[in-house]
Amino acid sequence: MTKLTKGSLTVRDCTVSVLRGGEGPPLLFLHGAGGGGIELPFMTALAESYEVIAPEHPGFGESDEPEWFDNIHDVAYFYLDLLKELGLDQVHLVGMSLGGWIAMEIAVRDTSQIASMTAICPAGVHVAGAATGDPFAWSPEETFQQGFYNQDFAARAIENLPEAVEADDTWLKNRMSFARLAWDPRLHDPHLSKWLHRIDVPTHIVWGAHDNILSVDHAEPLAGMIPGAGVTILPEAGHFLHIEQADALVQAINSHIGER
Amino acid sequence: MQVFFFHLMPYAEIDLAEIDKVGTSWVKLPNRLYDPEVGATLYDRYLNQLERAEELGFDGVGVNEHHQTAYGMMPSPIVMAAALARRTHRVKIAILGSALPLRQHPLTLAEEHAMIDNLTRGRLISGFVRGIGAEYHIFGVDPSISHERFHEAHELIIRAWTEEGPFEFHGKHYRHRYVNMWPRPYQQPHPPVWIPSQGSQETIDFAAHPDRKYTYLQTFSPAVAVKKYLDAYRDRAEEYGYTTDDSKLGWAVPIYVGETDASAVAEAKVHFENFRNRFAKMPIEFLLPPGYTSRESMKRVAAAKASMFGDLAIETAMEMGMMVCGSAETVRQRFEAYHADMGFGQLLTLLQFGTLPPELTDASTERFARDVMPTLQALGDRATPALASA
Repeated sequence: MTKLTKGSLTVRDCTVSVLRGGEGPPLLFLHGAGGGGIELPFMTALAESYEVIAPEHPGFGESDEPEWFDNIHDVAYFYLDLLKELGLDQVHLVGMSLGGWIAMEIAVRDTSQIASMTAICPAGVHVAGAATGDPFAWSPEETFQQGFYNQDFAARAIENLPEAVEADDTWLKNRMSFARLAWDPRLHDPHLSKWLHRIDVPTHIVWGAHDNILSVDHAEPLAGMIPGAGVTILPEAGHFLHIEQADALVQAINSHIGER
Repeated sequence: MQVFFFHLMPYAEIDLAEIDKVGTSWVKLPNRLYDPEVGATLYDRYLNQLERAEELGFDGVGVNEHHQTAYGMMPSPIVMAAALARRTHRVKIAILGSALPLRQHPLTLAEEHAMIDNLTRGRLISGFVRGIGAEYHIFGVDPSISHERFHEAHELIIRAWTEEGPFEFHGKHYRHRYVNMWPRPYQQPHPPVWIPSQGSQETIDFAAHPDRKYTYLQTFSPAVAVKKYLDAYRDRAEEYGYTTDDSKLGWAVPIYVGETDASAVAEAKVHFENFRNRFAKMPIEFLLPPGYTSRESMKRVAAAKASMFGDLAIETAMEMGMMVCGSAETVRQRFEAYHADMGFGQLLTLLQFGTLPPELTDASTERFARDVMPTLQALGDRATPALASA
């Protein structure tokens, strides 16, 4: 049973597609590099307790590709404009992977409309010695194999790939926008760590114990850069923990927001 | 027609099983496999082959740029061009090409090319390319802005070569408070620019533009594709309001000339297949990173994935015109027929390819130079159909 409905939002010159629904305090979910636009089970579960707002980033899926789309900072400022446009207060910010990076870029700039932040295996910060994979060098099949801890999920995802996924419009669009934001430097902003101390809302870092894209060794050093940030490590989880450990993830998000 | 001796300088003395193990000779093939003693010998051998081409009567020699691969040992073709500048005296030296967007400061490239042009008193042909997808992985340049950077770097280089300095340059990707090039190029207004490509309408539009009229070079493609893209250049020129001559159109192709047709194929087969199926091979994620080419082109490639990324036997390559191989008689006839069909004024011969050893390379080159090349060099522009029937 789904709870979210698809609509769109226009902020200045850019229209983005948005999944929205549920009841409770507002929760802005920022998707990862694979794209958004689909209501996944963990989102349905979050909609039990929150009003979930899940846009597709500029450059992704059904959203526009604006002229100004050059780097991660542009996306962060877009979302600050979007929050202002929505006029929401006390928003719970939840970002996954690339979306977690965007969440941190938003929060170092302005937290006046934000109540809490949950960053799920976020990109964005280079941690010396912490292993990273290179999704740009992987085939779609290898990306799933590396992304999931439970290879049954990977096999199912590979089975469901379209015939020639490399020729799929959304795939090509998302990959290009992912590259625009994360190709150089790979998956991080070398200036972000200097300003993470500015994040003054309760912050929670969630990581899969077996993440082959951004290893779990990122979690503690990153939390150490954000005042008061807590860490939850989910066992038997890879980078795509939002799919393979949906219940545990929702529980982690709920308990963090409940504690605050 | 002008005939060039073009070299890729592969690291030919490699344990091929190592390439098979890694699956590609690009980006990930560990550099412990590079033996400096072997490499030094290969550089010496290849430069000798290029220098010998002048004695054999070639109009020019050509080198190119590729990074971190056994496919070619020329991360800087400019270093090779500099070595050739002082050892040759007549031939054109074509850098085919320098990868503009990979440079942090393309002004350095403008300077280096200008130096070669001065060293050779104007024998430089300056090639501009974007660099292949794998190289965007290496240099951390976002492939989705590759076109933008190419065009901006091109503008900067041409202006640096032709405008009086100092001037300011304010681009999106490149910014200079002072552009004031010393030395200026020897050739005026600047060295001829050639654009090597595997075929794209965008590139053809750019090269054929009346402001540029750059020579367009189709590289390692089936003959039907060569014809298609050379015709596309001609058509574009007509749409721009001028008629191009064949000197603006070139073709780069591997060639082997043997004593007989049968011995030629027998001698070249394994070495050509090593070139095509081992040295040149890379996964689609390396060849076409996100945004490197338009989504429409990406879709075409993805659809043709099986044929593009599968192995190719020399016999098939010969049928497709991706490789010209046979006795001198056969090779001459093939090129006369191709020339009559396509009309190209520049032929870039790849007479060493893959693991082709020096004895075979030299023998094939001698036969080509003696028994094929003079006929080709005598070929002029094709008569227009109207004149031919008159």
